Amino acid sequence: MKCDMILAGVGGQGILSIAQIFGYAAVESGLYLKQAEVHGMSQRGGDVQSHFRISDKPIWSDLVPMGKADIIISVEPMESLRYLPWLNPETGWIVTNTNPFINIDNYPNVDELMAELKKQPRCIAIDGDGIAKEVNNARGMNMVIAGAASLFTGLDINIIRKGVEVIFGSKGEEIVKANLAAINAGWEFAEKNSKK
Amino acid sequence: MTKKKMMILGDEAIAQAALDAGISGFYAYPGTPSTEIMEYAQASKAAAERNVHRTWSANEKTAVEGALGMSYAGKRSMAMMKHVGLNVAMDPFVNSGVTGANGGCIVTVADDPSMHSSQDEQDSRILAKFALLPIFEPSNQQEAYDMVFDGYELSEKYKTPVLMRVTTRLSHSRSGVELRDPIAPNELKLPENKRQFVLLPALAKKSYRRTLENQKKFMEESENSKWNAYIDAADKSLGIIACGLAFNYLMENFDGVCPYPVVKVCQYPAPKKLIARLASECEKVLVLEEGMPMVEEALRGLLDKDVKVLGRMSGELPRDGELNPNLIAAALGLKETIGKDVPALVAGRPPKLCPGCSHADFYAAYVEAVKDKYGDGHLFGDIGCYTLGALPPFQAVNSCVDMGASITMAKGAADAGMFPACAVIGDSTFTHSGMTGLLDAVIDKANIVVFISDNSTTGMTGGQKSHAEGRLYQIVKGLGVDENHIRVVVPNKANHEEMVKVITEEIEYNGVSVIIPQRECMQTLRRKTKAAKK
Repeated sequence: MKCDMILAGVGGQGILSIAQIFGYAAVESGLYLKQAEVHGMSQRGGDVQSHFRISDKPIWSDLVPMGKADIIISVEPMESLRYLPWLNPETGWIVTNTNPFINIDNYPNVDELMAELKKQPRCIAIDGDGIAKEVNNARGMNMVIAGAASLFTGLDINIIRKGVEVIFGSKGEEIVKANLAAINAGWEFAEKNSKK
Repeated sequence: MTKKKMMILGDEAIAQAALDAGISGFYAYPGTPSTEIMEYAQASKAAAERNVHRTWSANEKTAVEGALGMSYAGKRSMAMMKHVGLNVAMDPFVNSGVTGANGGCIVTVADDPSMHSSQDEQDSRILAKFALLPIFEPSNQQEAYDMVFDGYELSEKYKTPVLMRVTTRLSHSRSGVELRDPIAPNELKLPENKRQFVLLPALAKKSYRRTLENQKKFMEESENSKWNAYIDAADKSLGIIACGLAFNYLMENFDGVCPYPVVKVCQYPAPKKLIARLASECEKVLVLEEGMPMVEEALRGLLDKDVKVLGRMSGELPRDGELNPNLIAAALGLKETIGKDVPALVAGRPPKLCPGCSHADFYAAYVEAVKDKYGDGHLFGDIGCYTLGALPPFQAVNSCVDMGASITMAKGAADAGMFPACAVIGDSTFTHSGMTGLLDAVIDKANIVVFISDNSTTGMTGGQKSHAEGRLYQIVKGLGVDENHIRVVVPNKANHEEMVKVITEEIEYNGVSVIIPQRECMQTLRRKTKAAKK
């Protein structure tokens, strides 16, 4: 198996916690992994992305070749579209949060943005913040998106859940439980909405 | 027993390897994409137990000198920096090629092709060649780890510093790295020749000849290095030289089996025999290298004949910017795989100052006091978060050249008769390279206003400790600035009017004024508050 992902968002939104969970699951599953991150200037509220590759064979490039990504995982709707040139146009999925992060004057009209997302052939647009609140985890948007994206990674959801337990274990049982609920809610949403 | 494996960044692999190879001291100034090497060493338990030196240096020059001093004492050391940091360190770096080393000495430089977080994309391999040093350029995290061991061995075998060259995509990419058993650090041992490091002309001439003699041996080492390989293949219509990371991008396109012969180059000087064989067996040679066309240019030579060379200089690859699998596919004439275009409605999202940033409150006051009154064009900037003051909403900064240049450029402009001539520099950049320039201004009684926007950290690289340590007032006073014209203000909304007044007064003063807007970085403050809650 192989799964190439682009994780996208705005500097400070914390896309790397999603990578951490998937990274744990990939290693635990005996897979190879390469993950290129963005550090430095862009982290100050600019667009940021991480190339995340897992495979059962050795991986050469740290960067996902354009047109070859299996999933774009975005915590912000406009950012999900920025990486379309990387997405496999025949088979690739977009999994994105629908809540805009507006820190620029020329942010597009939100209705037009949603219409653009709807045009994408394989897209899970999910109200990550809303669903996180529903499961009493107001800061768990990332985990909702991670849960939804899990469906397309080829990773075992139980190992992903174990990853949440291990990675958030030091922060206490409450936080582990809240994040597991967010992961599960995201997963269920994606399962329902990917088989229309 | 299974070996210990870690999932770490390329930068972290280098730090871990240095620790496992018995390093006694890391010396560095923060700079993207090199910062994480020191941060990893600082967080390492093993480093703490062994009391390995791992505090930040004032700048890259002092870092290289510190590493060289530790090498003099017989121990293994490493200096780390970003590519432009090597410019600051060029004096000790180049001369270390002549003094040589005693204990193993590695200078690790992280280049930033495509300028993700830099003002240029120079190639450190060229500077190491200039300094007559051997170079290692890993293609992946495991090689980065293993090469540090080989780097120290080579350094001690020939008593020479070596360059470890990485680029952004390796520095900041994570992968599995298998660790070796740690080896013991060197004992303190002074150089056998107590004048080895004395570059008095009479002695330096001998040392320089020794360095030149070593070049032949460095070539032999490269030609026999396990990091350089001739990978044969049937189709001789093309031969490929793939340096460092470019090797991965090449293999990505062919799933690991390239139909053309390949010379993989990860240790320099570039292995002449392997490349000569490739050139003699193949019709054309394509050179893939991250950064500037160093190997390509050498291969072409001045006359550019005999061998048909393709690469960045002939347009098969772009002349600037980092490589990626698609660019190499295009150079090889493979099928284009790019996905759909970015929809037109997607807007650019440049970085900006954080909400509540003290620099922003300073700029608001500056704009009112100077830009609105005298127009745009009077503020020389420097390297740090505050460079973002060049972008909307302030659009107030008129230069960003190199560390410390704000003060000296303002002085030069004032010398030319420009009024007002102002400079903005951060606290960490000021102690890195601003102090000497301020001394120039004081000696010349230049009519400038210097703003040291003090957020008490090295902010842009993620909040490393700043050498100013709240002592800016004393430092500035010690450099000879008149006490009446050193003004400390707290940049916030409530103090806006006061700041405008202070700036206006100091502009009117004919001489050197230093205004220190002082308030902690929001990022470090948030982290401290969070840690305190725990």
